[in-house]
Amino acid sequence: MSRFLTLAEAVESTIRDGDTVAMEGFTHLIPFAAGHEVIRQRRRHLTLIRMTPDLIYDQLIGMGCADKLVFSWVGNPGVGSLHRFRDAYENGWPAPITIEEHSHAAMANAYEAGAAGLPCAIFRGYLGVDLPKVNSNIRHVTCPFTGEQLAAVPAIRPDVAVIHALKADRAGNVLLEGIVGVQKEVVLAAKRSIVTVEEIVEEFGERSVNAVILPSWTVGAIACVPGGAHPSYAHGYYTRDNAYYKAWDAIARDRDGFLAWMKTNVLEQGPEAFAVHASHIAGKSTQPAHKIDAAE
Amino acid sequence: MAHNATEMMTIAAARALRNADICFVGIGMPSAACNLARLTHAPDITLIYESGTIATKPDVLPLSIGDGELCDTALTTVPVVEMFRYWLQGGRFTVGFLGGAQVDRFANLNTTVVGPYNKPKTRLPGGGGAPEISSACGEIFIIMRQAPRSFVDKLDFVTSFGHGEGGDHRARLGIKTKGPTKLVTDLAVYEPDPVTKEMSVTSIHPGVTREQIAANTGWPVRFAANVAATPAPTDQELSVLRELHARTARAHGDAA
Repeated sequence: MSRFLTLAEAVESTIRDGDTVAMEGFTHLIPFAAGHEVIRQRRRHLTLIRMTPDLIYDQLIGMGCADKLVFSWVGNPGVGSLHRFRDAYENGWPAPITIEEHSHAAMANAYEAGAAGLPCAIFRGYLGVDLPKVNSNIRHVTCPFTGEQLAAVPAIRPDVAVIHALKADRAGNVLLEGIVGVQKEVVLAAKRSIVTVEEIVEEFGERSVNAVILPSWTVGAIACVPGGAHPSYAHGYYTRDNAYYKAWDAIARDRDGFLAWMKTNVLEQGPEAFAVHASHIAGKSTQPAHKIDAAE
Repeated sequence: MAHNATEMMTIAAARALRNADICFVGIGMPSAACNLARLTHAPDITLIYESGTIATKPDVLPLSIGDGELCDTALTTVPVVEMFRYWLQGGRFTVGFLGGAQVDRFANLNTTVVGPYNKPKTRLPGGGGAPEISSACGEIFIIMRQAPRSFVDKLDFVTSFGHGEGGDHRARLGIKTKGPTKLVTDLAVYEPDPVTKEMSVTSIHPGVTREQIAANTGWPVRFAANVAATPAPTDQELSVLRELHARTARAHGDAA
């Protein structure tokens, strides 16, 4: 059964040095507050998995939390490079990082295989391209029925999945809607999980019958962190802060500027700093009549 | 109305799309071209982004492939695993629209690395969805600015497969789709030679010379037997594109 914890308690009790950690959220619902807490608690030697490492892993890598990155697209979407990742990979600052690189199709399939309890994912992919030459985890199998050669990659089974969701109910079930990415798959694939949410409600109330729900017994720790996906976004709560994504390019370009920014905005802050981003959209039909606080 | 080379490129790329297309949209310049097509001659085109947003009609261009605008205006939004398994691998796209950092004469693309893979001169973002988009969509359109360092004789890394080494290379790998059928640049439009599959210039944009194209192509460029003149942008195409960019700049918090 899921447990309601503070974000600090959730990270403290769930993520250990050396763990394989997947913080997911496909552009939407990226768990930034949880990433910042991992930085504050100075976790080290993590293997970080994420389809699109985004700013969240640029920050973790720049602060020396990671030894290895598993990914399929490593950039600042629509803006350019992740400068902290490139500095670590190309120059070893602040520490060397190794990579395991895939395509999106491979990683999505690998998460699904992890959730399904399979050892590997099989799909039609990597035809004619160079990635299989540099990643020994990309192999091939022959279909026993048709003889077709298909790509195979190992299932992703992280030690810890970290996601941000829209809300949890009092029973510890978790709900997300909008661009749902691979969040359901990563939680089901992982040994342990942390879910931050915009709010905790007594009951979910009116919702789509097809809303993505992670039942309480599939989830580890839940921490209520309003605004916790910023500068990513939470559907129906707040929009993506595209200006922040653009501003990050200049912040991350320079080592000293980056460290100063992290000190002011992460190391000297707590999860409550995210609340300023969590302005609700008035009149949203799925809002419950009764809101409760996690600490009750 | 006077136009610049980037506008000509985006408009020429948009014109390649048809009203009945089901299009896998790459971010950046492909996204601008696809939405321009939807706002001009192809109002019913189905635009799909890899975040799972199907038949989306964004009012402003997304900065990322998963901006909320895409989900809010989509017919439906599916999980990412489903997008890649049922929709892309399932063969439901007529066309995929890609950009790249490097392209070669057979329209293979590199978005992974400049220099050796393990000791890169420049580490680029990588493939994302492109390796499978290139093989699973019915055909591929590519939009790229031309320069000698991006139009190269030999790619440092093949991120997505175009026509490989040319000829029937796709068929030899068991790939049934057409691959790159159009490469639209700021100078010209290239299409594959029917036999060799080498990308050859089939249309030259207004004011551009053959010498300019040759100087910005890192291999001995071929011109098709009949080279057309790309029609200049119409006032309508230009004003729709400029309004789209102005709305986008306001929405992203830029100075307009």
